[in-house]
Amino acid sequence: MMASSYNAKEEDGNHPGAANHAGAGIVKSKKPDNTAFKQQRLPAWQPILTAGTVLPAFFVIGLIFIPIGIGLYVTSNNIKEFEIDYTGANIEDPCYNCAKNFSWNSTAQCFCTVPFTLVQPFESNVFMYYGLSNFYQNHRRYVKSRDDSQLNGDRSALMSPSKECEPYRTSEGTPIAPCGAIANSLFNDTLQLYHIDSNGTFNEIPLVKKGIAWWTDKHVKFRNPGGNNNLTVAFQGTSKPVNWREPVFKLDPEDPENNGFINEDFIVWMRTAALPTFRKLYRIIQKKSSSTPTLPSGKYVLNITYNYPVLSFDGRKRMILSTISWMGGKNPFLGIAYITVGSICFFLGVVLLIIHHKYDTRNNSADIPN
Amino acid sequence: MGMDFSSLRTLISRYCVGEENWVDSRTIYIGHKEPPPGTEAFLQQRFPDNRIVSSKYTFWNFVPKNMFEQFRRVANFYFLIIFLVQLIIDTPTSPITSGLPLFFVITVTAIKQGYEDWLRHKADNSVNQCPVHVVQHGKVVRKQSRKLRVGDVVFMKENETFPCDLILLSTSRDDGTCFVTTASLDGESSHKTYYAVQDTKAYNTEEEVDSIQATIECEQPQPDLYKFVGRINVYMDNEPMARPLGAENLLLRGATLKNTEHIYAVAIYTGMETKMALNYQSKTQKRSAVEKSMNAYLMVYLCILISKAVINTLLKYVWQADPNRDEPWYNNRTETERSRHIVIRAFTDFLAFMVLFNYIIPVSMYVTVEMQKFLGSYFIMWDDDMFDEELGERAVVNTSDLNEELGQVEYVFTDKTGTLTENNMEFIECCVDGHVYVADAICNGQVMPGATSMDMIDSSPGPGAREHEELFFRALCLCHTVQVKEEETVDGIKHGIHQGKATSFYISSSPDEVALVEGMKRLGFTYLRLKDSHMEILNREDEIERFELLEVLTFDSVRRRMSVIVRSSTGELFLFCKGADSSIFPRVISGKVAQVRARVEHNAVEGLRTLCVAYRPLSPEQYQEVCHVLNGAKLALHDRDKRLAEAYDSIEKDLILLGATAVEDRLQEKAADTIESLHKAGMKVWVLTGDKMETAAATCYASKLFHRNTQILELTTKRTEEQSLHDVLFELSRTVLRQHGGMARDTFSGLSGDCTDFGLIIDGATLSAVMRPAQEDSNSGNYKEIFLEICRNCSAVLCCRMAPLQKAQIVKLIKASEEHPITLAIGDGANDVSMILEAHVGIGIMGKEGRQAVRNSDYAIPKFKHLKKMLLVHGHYYYIRISELVQYFFYKNVCFIFPQFLYQFFCGFSQQPLFDTAYLTLYNISFTSLPILLYSLIEQHINMDILKKDPSLYRDIAKNSLLRWPIFIYWTFLGLYDAIVMFFGAYFLFDNTTFTSNGQLMTTNTQMMFGNWTFGTLVFTVLVFTVTFKLALDTHYWTWINHFVIWGSLVFFVVFSLLWGGIIWPFLNYQRMYYVFMQMLSSGPAWLSIILLITASLLPDVVKKVICRALWPTTTERIQHMRGIKESERTLTYHSSDSLIDGIAVTEA
Repeated sequence: MMASSYNAKEEDGNHPGAANHAGAGIVKSKKPDNTAFKQQRLPAWQPILTAGTVLPAFFVIGLIFIPIGIGLYVTSNNIKEFEIDYTGANIEDPCYNCAKNFSWNSTAQCFCTVPFTLVQPFESNVFMYYGLSNFYQNHRRYVKSRDDSQLNGDRSALMSPSKECEPYRTSEGTPIAPCGAIANSLFNDTLQLYHIDSNGTFNEIPLVKKGIAWWTDKHVKFRNPGGNNNLTVAFQGTSKPVNWREPVFKLDPEDPENNGFINEDFIVWMRTAALPTFRKLYRIIQKKSSSTPTLPSGKYVLNITYNYPVLSFDGRKRMILSTISWMGGKNPFLGIAYITVGSICFFLGVVLLIIHHKYDTRNNSADIPN
Repeated sequence: MGMDFSSLRTLISRYCVGEENWVDSRTIYIGHKEPPPGTEAFLQQRFPDNRIVSSKYTFWNFVPKNMFEQFRRVANFYFLIIFLVQLIIDTPTSPITSGLPLFFVITVTAIKQGYEDWLRHKADNSVNQCPVHVVQHGKVVRKQSRKLRVGDVVFMKENETFPCDLILLSTSRDDGTCFVTTASLDGESSHKTYYAVQDTKAYNTEEEVDSIQATIECEQPQPDLYKFVGRINVYMDNEPMARPLGAENLLLRGATLKNTEHIYAVAIYTGMETKMALNYQSKTQKRSAVEKSMNAYLMVYLCILISKAVINTLLKYVWQADPNRDEPWYNNRTETERSRHIVIRAFTDFLAFMVLFNYIIPVSMYVTVEMQKFLGSYFIMWDDDMFDEELGERAVVNTSDLNEELGQVEYVFTDKTGTLTENNMEFIECCVDGHVYVADAICNGQVMPGATSMDMIDSSPGPGAREHEELFFRALCLCHTVQVKEEETVDGIKHGIHQGKATSFYISSSPDEVALVEGMKRLGFTYLRLKDSHMEILNREDEIERFELLEVLTFDSVRRRMSVIVRSSTGELFLFCKGADSSIFPRVISGKVAQVRARVEHNAVEGLRTLCVAYRPLSPEQYQEVCHVLNGAKLALHDRDKRLAEAYDSIEKDLILLGATAVEDRLQEKAADTIESLHKAGMKVWVLTGDKMETAAATCYASKLFHRNTQILELTTKRTEEQSLHDVLFELSRTVLRQHGGMARDTFSGLSGDCTDFGLIIDGATLSAVMRPAQEDSNSGNYKEIFLEICRNCSAVLCCRMAPLQKAQIVKLIKASEEHPITLAIGDGANDVSMILEAHVGIGIMGKEGRQAVRNSDYAIPKFKHLKKMLLVHGHYYYIRISELVQYFFYKNVCFIFPQFLYQFFCGFSQQPLFDTAYLTLYNISFTSLPILLYSLIEQHINMDILKKDPSLYRDIAKNSLLRWPIFIYWTFLGLYDAIVMFFGAYFLFDNTTFTSNGQLMTTNTQMMFGNWTFGTLVFTVLVFTVTFKLALDTHYWTWINHFVIWGSLVFFVVFSLLWGGIIWPFLNYQRMYYVFMQMLSSGPAWLSIILLITASLLPDVVKKVICRALWPTTTERIQHMRGIKESERTLTYHSSDSLIDGIAVTEA
């Protein structure tokens, strides 16, 4: 008992007597250095946020933001954009049959045609997008399901992809190239655009499929294993992703610079979208001559090779045509936001001015020069 | 069976009885000698050795114990759990993100604590190994202090400090007394007399002492320093002879032997059982109010965190109810995942959400707070203003945990002697019949300036006056109990009587008497010695006068006076009496009472300790009568004290007033100024002292603790003897409350100048009566409350006659009162240690009485006056700094994590992080940590000169005002708002519009798409800039370091991002950030939206600040404003009705 009580005291720690005799040592008499830093007297600028000092800033922000906002808004409004949903969810939709009868196993491809009319001509370059809705490319399981080493042409990663790719890592024992859920779900509808001229003839509009991906992605981040030639050999021993119809080296057999991992459609798809409703660049329609618009107004037909099922998860597919400006695509939000913030600043400036005059008049003269 | 039980029971009962005896008292064999046979056999007890242990760890238990202690902290435990979760399950972020910082924090703390414990071990060893002389087998042997055991006979020499509690057996002095100073125990530096046991005092050599055969029975150790009960059985020829032992026989550890060559004593309490040890409280970890707020906030954030995780988990499963959402064809689970039970999956999801959001409680906050405290405390040590030239000491910080608490102090408990005062009595003046004599006046012919107003004469008054004057001086030379010590060694405090000759010193239990006798010496009358009951005085003409000392009517605190009866060489008989004015004046029949009284009052106001001196010539007949009365009283068996008092009373009458004296225990430099500042800053100052009431009260007046118009309430033994404690308490509380009710508004306004403020005086005995727990009387339970109520309404309280532990009790009482005020205790002696340890903040003064207080304090300063800067400047700054630090940290992490939370709604509640791992890890570590750390080190919202000059600014931050819930909620909402602006700003740019870049950096012919990582990077960029700018807006003190750090960390973020996205990182299994940042910057709308979102995020805070400042400015803000004006105008032609601000403006110049 004695011992335990003694221990208890030991625990409390500090004991007094220790201090009494302990050779504390004589504390060296040190006068502190008289430096500005140590004495906390560094020269300093000491601004104060008062109504007087903030007022001009508010007006300036208001005066700058509102014109920028108007400029952005006008620019955005000048951008022409056309969007069409070709999912085929409803019975009257042209692609209804394709959507309904979709089967992963069918070898026959399903085609459908969607007519539409452009009321206004599209000047300059036109960008063609496909848009998906309710497609969670940003789901964690999905986002991480890729192997960047494999995509960078690493041979060892090609043959044994990262575990992150599960369950799209191997197919019947052979590694999948490219592995992972993202690659597996590559958007594989083919879209073709025809202009119906006044005589009723269908003119296919040439779609440029290169230059749609980030330059750095195409040239640095994505690489084929063992160079771009003879991809068939390079990918030997791997199997195609389960939902693909063709192996990766047949993505664009005509153009070796756009085949395999460096296929631009593939690269665009591999950049996972931030939100479940997104659009991705599909093709570019280049301006032919300065005299005629790229897409004159009139009737058009969109020919779709319908390979990509979205109805199972209640998704939608769209085709979008858009021109761009210096600030990108159609984007009314930024302009409106600028105008709003600018106006609020201006308004607050006025309020502060009133407050300043009412409550701070005494110090008025002093504050303004600040 | 039954047999077994009964025998067991007897065994148990015997054991219990034995134990009971054991607890109540202890028996000690002096010199470990068995008592002679035949005597009652005592149960041999085991006592602890004399080892002092203050260290916490040993070499072996350090790692486990320290780990255990560290992980007992909620925060550390939380981070450990997060780390383990990350290790075990598949979480969105890597375990390194939380493991590395945690490891760092734990290691640094462990190293620090290990080092501190090593220092404690060293200190313990030096104490435990210090040599002690012990008598063994008739020889003096040297032993290490820690090996000392109960029963050992110890041999001590002069000026040695007692190693444990001892019973005095014999001394080198013939009368069996010794002198001891207990300065390091109770702060009284005077010499106290202790007595050897009657039967053993003759044993004066080792051999003799060794032959003593005796046992001591005494109580088990208890902390009261002044109480001891015991009995010694001395065996003479095997016949036990019992003698009572009392406190006068007990020498306490820590006290020092003085003025006695050597003593023999026997150890009875050792080690941790000594009274000194029991009077110390364990040094528990003190936590500041800020830390408590921080923990409260932490709890709130933990709740937010858990609810976020729960909400998301629930929503996830609601959302996933549709199997096409749960597992669309493009995003299948693995087989193992599919086979897991739903409950396990849900729980894992919950944990994953926890991990994703865990950054809301950042480990880096703890690191930053620790660093801020540690580094910040250097500013206290570096402060030139707190350096004392005289001592060559500067402020010392022992605990940096409490820096900000210095800005929150509401109650200051200060020791008197050595803290407020210099602990150095000095004779100032005497006044004979209204003529003032200053001690120095004789020596250098100078007159004290204050005395000129009196009708002052020099050293040659009229003949009658001259006679009185000499009588007065003789009276002071005779009426005392001072002893003269002829001594070779030089004691710093006392002065030699004859300079140059063999020096001798005056010694007395009352330092005032020494000061008086010394003062007389300077005025020409030197008390030489007491020889053969004749007192010898050397008068001005260098003649020796001899007076026969007939009677001494000793001092007691009820009469408050003492007298001597002497016979001069001419045969005249005198009674000389000196005492407090209140006890002398009513007994005076003639003399210049009015003049003396005026002078006494004048001196009392000055804070001097005054005594009046009177005499009464006695005729031989009267003397006979006096002798008769005295002898009658002395021999009385019953009520001896009472009859003696009556006798004294009858003798000390018909006095003729001679004059008065004034002695000063000089106040420390600027003590009064400091106390006044503390008062103005809204602090209540209490003086706790072991001194007697009159002395203490005088000091309180001198130090401006009590003003002339302060109404003094007394709660002392004297009063409670007249009335019951109950009545006194209720009466006082009525007085106070009546006043308080009428003055409610005044007290609220804080300036107590107009209303009468109260000062309370309470003494130790009464205090313990008040504190006694409720007994049979149901009312007594309320005493504490009533007492507290009275105290709350007093601006100053003086507690006198306090035992060290009582000081701590007082502090505890106030601490535990309902407002839970922050207390600060300041003292210099070992007797203050318990209160220093008890108070929220303990401050030690580097005084004369050892370094005990300094060592146990949280902060140590050379002088009391430094307290002002410590609290008003450093405390204020630290509080401002750390509160911003805490609020800002929570704010920036709300900004950081809330977008992630929002993102879950758009990514199918899949725990997808919005930000890249590098950003998640580095956000708190490098992008936003340095600016706030620097802010929390060097921010000065107001110049320190202003803080010092205007103590009322301290009230602006009182009661933890910057960390109250409304402010915390404001910050949190600001964080939420910013997070929403950032997230949805980016969302609307990405959603339904084409937020794109002109892809190829060089050519602008194509248009690229941005992915989720760009989205996160955009939000993150806005985030980093916003929180940094927010801090910049809060910074009032922009030194070049601030500029460097704030702009530097933004630049660092940009450079890091460029680098991080600039190359394909080898050894990294993902390249998701490759060129993301650069692509983002190549897009015009990204720039525009970054600017827009930053502006929108900062806007509300700026508006709130400006409007609050304009409409409801705090004192601080008004003063800042004044300074701003002053700087812009550079003139002081500024007129204002506001005297306060005016004053500041002028002093600023």
